[in-house]
Amino acid sequence: MNSNGISKEHLAYLRKVRMRKALILSLRLFLLVAVFALWELMARMKLIDPFITSQPSRIVNTIARLYQEGKLFYHTGITCLETVIGFLLGTIAGTLTAIVLWWSELLSRVLEPYLVVLNSLPKIALGPIFIVWIGAGPSSIIAIALTISLIVTILEVLNGFMSVDSEKIKLVRTFGANRLQVLTKVVLPSSYPVMINALKVNVGLSWVGVIVGEFLVSKAGLGYLIVYGGQVFQLDLVMTSVLILSIAAALMYQGVVYIERLLIRSGRHTPL
Amino acid sequence: MGAIVEVHNLGMKYHSLNGEITALEHINLEVDEGEFISIVGPSGCGKSTLLSLMAGLLKPTEGSVIIGGRQVAGPDNQVGYMLQKDYLFEWRTIYENVILGLEITRTLDSHTRAYVLKLLETYGLSEFRDKYPNQLSGGMRQRAALIRTLAVNPQILLLDEAFSALDYQTRLAVAEDIYSIIKRENKTAILVTHDIAESISMADRVVVLTKRPGTIKKIYPIRLTCDRKTPMSCREAPEFRHYFNSIWKDLDIHF
Repeated sequence: MNSNGISKEHLAYLRKVRMRKALILSLRLFLLVAVFALWELMARMKLIDPFITSQPSRIVNTIARLYQEGKLFYHTGITCLETVIGFLLGTIAGTLTAIVLWWSELLSRVLEPYLVVLNSLPKIALGPIFIVWIGAGPSSIIAIALTISLIVTILEVLNGFMSVDSEKIKLVRTFGANRLQVLTKVVLPSSYPVMINALKVNVGLSWVGVIVGEFLVSKAGLGYLIVYGGQVFQLDLVMTSVLILSIAAALMYQGVVYIERLLIRSGRHTPL
Repeated sequence: MGAIVEVHNLGMKYHSLNGEITALEHINLEVDEGEFISIVGPSGCGKSTLLSLMAGLLKPTEGSVIIGGRQVAGPDNQVGYMLQKDYLFEWRTIYENVILGLEITRTLDSHTRAYVLKLLETYGLSEFRDKYPNQLSGGMRQRAALIRTLAVNPQILLLDEAFSALDYQTRLAVAEDIYSIIKRENKTAILVTHDIAESISMADRVVVLTKRPGTIKKIYPIRLTCDRKTPMSCREAPEFRHYFNSIWKDLDIHF
């Protein structure tokens, strides 16, 4: 036993856990560096054709060029903004619709088959309709992103509402709670984790919607850069955009995870 | 002092596509103020239905329940209901949990708040008022659930297998605890249980129901010779096992 009251065996165990964590982290970094290094090396040795595969140094140059032309943050910003608006609207509208369907059992029974059909329909097929109706601009792109996440959110959140413990509802009913009170006192707070989960899923779905929307509208954004780069055979531009896209998507997902942690820590749910 | 609960010729039928089920029939019962009644019966005999009818959660298909001179037409603050588990909401602190009923009935004011705080103080939960339910032991949680029920100041407490979700040791302790609180607050209580020993040890009268359709088979006034009437000491009374045997025979359980 040392001064902290921790035994030698336990210290050894803790060290082992730490070592393993460090090992995993360094292997991850190594993998990343190795792929890029190999890519660069093979392109320089003319083993692969950088005109088709691009190469890391050319990607860096492209980023610098985009930055100097003021296009880097413009295109990235537009795509990110569209995604955030799309997924927030999808989550809010989906949750509100789920509340309406929870409220009226008749309505939810009537609409059930249509929701199932809409859920299995590839929402991207609706893209051209939105463009004709709303116009070829960010609004259409947001509409596509919203449609993709909307139906999933409705089904997911409604399912969460339905699986709330009926005894908890009975409890508030014994106090004479009306339907609105059942909703606000039990159903919504119980479904809070489900709603956070919907938010997480929707971030990913909204990226799909926004990029496809930008493919179709082709005016601005990372999706536009990818399609444009592909058409003029500038693979440097395509690869650069994909790389920025993956970083932005990862950051946004981490952002949602961070918000989730903050909300949990503020004590409203499953405090530890 | 007259009867606070009067059940007149109560009957309940459930309908489903496969036909109708008569859960209860011809139930007549009077409960005096301050009395503790246990209702036992084979599973599926409509014990819980009877409580739900008294609480106004269900509408009877026949007969009526009169509580405090008024016919029950819906959930009412005269009646407090304890469920099988404590169902404390994990997103609310203990204090926020116990004021739930007051929030719903919109009766939370300085007067009722003081009453709740006094209950928490009396029953040793003051220091936990800002803690969350998962930081409390099973027994403490059950106490908090009882205080949540008592907060709206009901005249009658309905306990629907209120201890059955607990392990046996905790269950004995909690039954003892809840019983003493109910007696101290001078409430009338109706306990539904399938535990014969529990029903005898706590009640002034035990009502035995028959199999479906549930009717009253017998009512046992319980007279136990135990000096201090707590459920635990009553289990040692010499008459205890006679009651136990008679009720066991009444329940007529076969495999």
